[in-house]
Formats: sequence, C-alpha cells, structure tokens
Amino acid sequence: MGKPGKIFVWIMACILFVAGSAAAAETVIVKGSTTVLPIAQAAAEAFIKKNPQINISLSGGGSGDGVKALIDKTADIANSSREMKKEEIALAKSRGVKPVEHRVAIDAIVPVVHPSNPVQDLTLEQLSLVYQGKISNWKELGGADKRITVISRDTSSGTYEAWSQKVLHNAKVTPRAQLQASNGAIVQTVSRNRYAVGYIGIGYLNPSVKPLKVNGVEASPRTALSGKFPVARPLYMFTDEKPKKAAADFIRFILSPEGRKIIEKTGFVPLK
Amino acid sequence: MTRSFREKLIRKAFFGFAAVSIIFLLLIILFLFREALPTFQFVSIGRFIFGMEWYPTYEPPEFGIWPLIVGSLVVTSFSTLIAVPLGVLSAIYISEIAPPAVKEILKPAIELLAGLPSVVLGFFGMVVLAPWLQDTFDLPTGLNIVNASIMLAVMAIPTISSISEDALYSVPREFKEASYALGATRHETIVKVIVPAALSGISTAVILGMARAIGETMVVLMVAGGAAAVPESIFDSVRPMPASIAAEMGEAPFRSNHYHALFATGVVLLVLTLAFNFIADYVSHKFRETGSATL
Repeated sequence: MGKPGKIFVWIMACILFVAGSAAAAETVIVKGSTTVLPIAQAAAEAFIKKNPQINISLSGGGSGDGVKALIDKTADIANSSREMKKEEIALAKSRGVKPVEHRVAIDAIVPVVHPSNPVQDLTLEQLSLVYQGKISNWKELGGADKRITVISRDTSSGTYEAWSQKVLHNAKVTPRAQLQASNGAIVQTVSRNRYAVGYIGIGYLNPSVKPLKVNGVEASPRTALSGKFPVARPLYMFTDEKPKKAAADFIRFILSPEGRKIIEKTGFVPLK
Repeated sequence: MTRSFREKLIRKAFFGFAAVSIIFLLLIILFLFREALPTFQFVSIGRFIFGMEWYPTYEPPEFGIWPLIVGSLVVTSFSTLIAVPLGVLSAIYISEIAPPAVKEILKPAIELLAGLPSVVLGFFGMVVLAPWLQDTFDLPTGLNIVNASIMLAVMAIPTISSISEDALYSVPREFKEASYALGATRHETIVKVIVPAALSGISTAVILGMARAIGETMVVLMVAGGAAAVPESIFDSVRPMPASIAAEMGEAPFRSNHYHALFATGVVLLVLTLAFNFIADYVSHKFRETGSATL
C-alpha cells in the first residue's frame, strides 16, 4: 500500500468515527408554525437537560412548511397552528407517511392596538367590519378621528386562517390591509403605530401593545380554555404513525404535567 | 502524458468550469418555468397579470397580481428618481472635481454602502424612518411607498455611482485637454464634453441600479407595508412581487395552486429584470460614441 492509500484509510477511519458518534446522539427535527415555536423551544430546553443523549433541531417557517417537511421526511415533528388539509393528508399517504395529530395547547388570538389608543373593547362584528375595510376610522369605534391601519398576517399563515374563520367568517380581508410575516413583526409594527390594529397569539403579548377585549371578554388562559374568549384555537404537533423513539418521547414530555407547566409559562394554555 | 494532451485537458477543464454557471442558470430557469406553468391551468395569463385581486387562500381563490406588479414598478421608479441624481452627481464629483484626499475617503465610503446587508437597511426603515415619516406627515402608517423607495435608493446609489464613475473615468484624456485648449471652463467641460461622452455608461449604471431595486426582497418585505392593492397616493402601502413571494412561500402547501402561482410571480419578476438588462445592453450600444471615446 502506497502513501496515498494509507491516507485514504485514515480518512475513512475518521469518517466512520464521526458518523458513529453522530448516530449515538439521536436527533429529532422539529419544524413548522411560528406560533408553536416558543412552546417547542421551551420544552426542548427542558427535555434536552433530562436527556442529554438526544439532540433537538428546531426551526420555524410556518405551518405549511412543517407539514411539507413531515411529508418529505425531512422532519420528525411538524408544528402546526391548523389541522392538516385534505390535500396534504393525501400527499402524505402517497409518500408513505401517515400523519398522527397531537393536540398540545390552546392559543387565544388577541386583537392588539397601540397603548395610547383609547379603545378598550370591540365586538366580533366590529372587528370583522374593520378587517373587511367597512369601518375605516377610529371615530366609529369611539377613538380619535384617524384612519385605521389594518394589519393582518400573510394569507397562508395558520393564525390568519383561524382569525379569518372565527372573526371574519371567511369574508375577505380588505386588500388595503398591511400584511406581516410573523407574530413578532405584528407586535413590532403595532407598537410603533398609534393608529394600527393587529392580531397575535396570546404568547406574544407584551407591554409594548395593548390587548383589546372581544365581546367584553378579556383574553386569558382561563377564558380561552372555557371557550368564553371567542377567538381561540388548538395547536398541534404532527408525527408519522411510527415516530422515532426520541420524537415520541418528546411529545409525551410535552403532554406530561411538567410539559404542561412549561406551556403555561410560555403564555399558552395547556390542555387538561 | 504528452504536452499536447495536457494542453487539451486543461482547455477542457476550464471549459467545464465556465460551463457550470451556465448549467446552473439553465437548470434554475427550467425549474422556475416547470413549477410556474401549472398556474395557467387554473387561471388565464390575462387574469393572472391584470387581475386586481390577490386572495390566494380564499375560497374560491383569486390570483391577480396586477397590484403586486404596480407595487414593484412604483417603488422602483420612485427609488430611481431619488438614486439617479445622487448616484450620478456623486460620481461626477468623485471623478472630476474632488481633490485626491476627499476622493480617497468618499469612494470607499460609497462602496461600503453597497456592503450594508439589506436586512439592516430594512430594520432601519422600519424602526427609524417609519415612525419619523408617520409623525412628520401625520400618516396612518410609516410603512409605505416613500419609505421603501428611500431605502431602495440607498441600495441602488452605490451601484449607480460606481459604474457611472468607471464610465466617466474612461473618457479619454484628449477630450478634456481639447476642451480646455478651446478655452472652456471646468464646468463647461464636464457638462458638454465628459458627461455626454460617458452617457452610455451612465445609462447602463442607472438601469442596472433599477434592476437591483426591483429584485430586492428584504427591504420591501420589511418597509413597504404589504398591502396588495393598487396605491392611490405615495403614502399608501404596497406589496411588491418579491415581498409577496418571500412572505407566502413558507406556508403555501407544496405543489398547491398557490405554490404554482407564486412561482409564476417569480417568472414575471424574472422577465422584468431581464427586460431591464436588455434595455441596458441596447442603450450602451446605441449611445456608444465612436472613435477614441468608445467605452
């Protein structure tokens, strides 16, 4: 064996060693909805502390992206803020993936305005008209005589879908609405615009924006779980019918009492 | 290994490297069209391009991208209006007027501007410019055409300035000398001799700057506001095509109608950018000075 041959053997040995040690630490790939991301993140941190041999790779991208990755088998768990669509289930089955739904939490979608806005409470009807562009001045809602800047999510987000079903009853959002790509971007925009109204998952509420009551009900974990707060929806994680052991353990952890506490801390509502 | 064989081998290898980029380009275009074409099975080309409503996930969906095209064209035109005077005049100043010491600072500074990541510019537009615009003009929103145009202009200025400057720099020395010899002042020389001689290069610079602005995604995604409606004033929000693609692609179900429509939007964008490049090419040939002024 000449010199190049020896080098080749060494390289192979190194590759095998690296590959071997990577296989020892199992990796769970979690992808999808930006709404579910904070839950997955907090849960993953606690989970890895208890199971240091498992790696969890987390990314956002949106509900559609997560489901896509599950179907392509590039993710083990798909986070989603909506149910799977019929076409997605059909596509998954054609690729040999049988998606299983795990409800992990309930999210309340809260309308928010700038803290200086005097408006406190809107009915579902009023919110619907604002988003359709039929009410366009804060004066009509008891505020200043200023045009309302309507801020919505991009039309393919799960949050948008829930808002559109629960508030707009599937009427069209005005094309004049500004579209933002994430919950964080809406908070950012509304906190800097005195005349804006937006909607976000309850986990993203912070003091830079003011939550509005809907039909006189304040958004809180209690009102969301009891169904009193009218704009609430379940959040999901999807796995294949036969998930990796580590992925199954992770889901079980999230649904355990400890996981429920973590969900509560991130501002969402755990299921009982 | 004979010498001639080695020569041949080297030639082939270099051809291979050169061909790689063309193959990539062709494959990308092929992929783009393959994913875009199914769009026209559920919406006609006319309704797609001139349709006024973009509701891709609504039941029944509407796939009209006219408001997005208008959005792209409006922010590109306004940014050009801002960037051309600034870019070209700064190029003239650097190349013809500035003393060497000033030139040495100014030139790298403008080039550094080109290195600013677009997300940083977008953030600046969102956090600094938008609230300022809103307060100053008492607007319903600071995320609008004006904001996006200013930020895009900042991105286009380095392109316009450095290409214009190259064009001005390549104007032959004899032209200047002849002009001065005839008793022209410096100002007359710049306006009547140097700039006309460099005009084809300057036009190319302007058009390439516009091409940069129309394809830019991050800035318009962050500061244009994202309203898919044809604007009525320069303070309205718009949703240029790249912003629409970037915002929606992540959540569009794989191979759905929405997914294909976004690819078709990408094709429209590609066609517009190509058109800019062809115009740039045409202009640089058409206005080319002959003789020693050839650039």
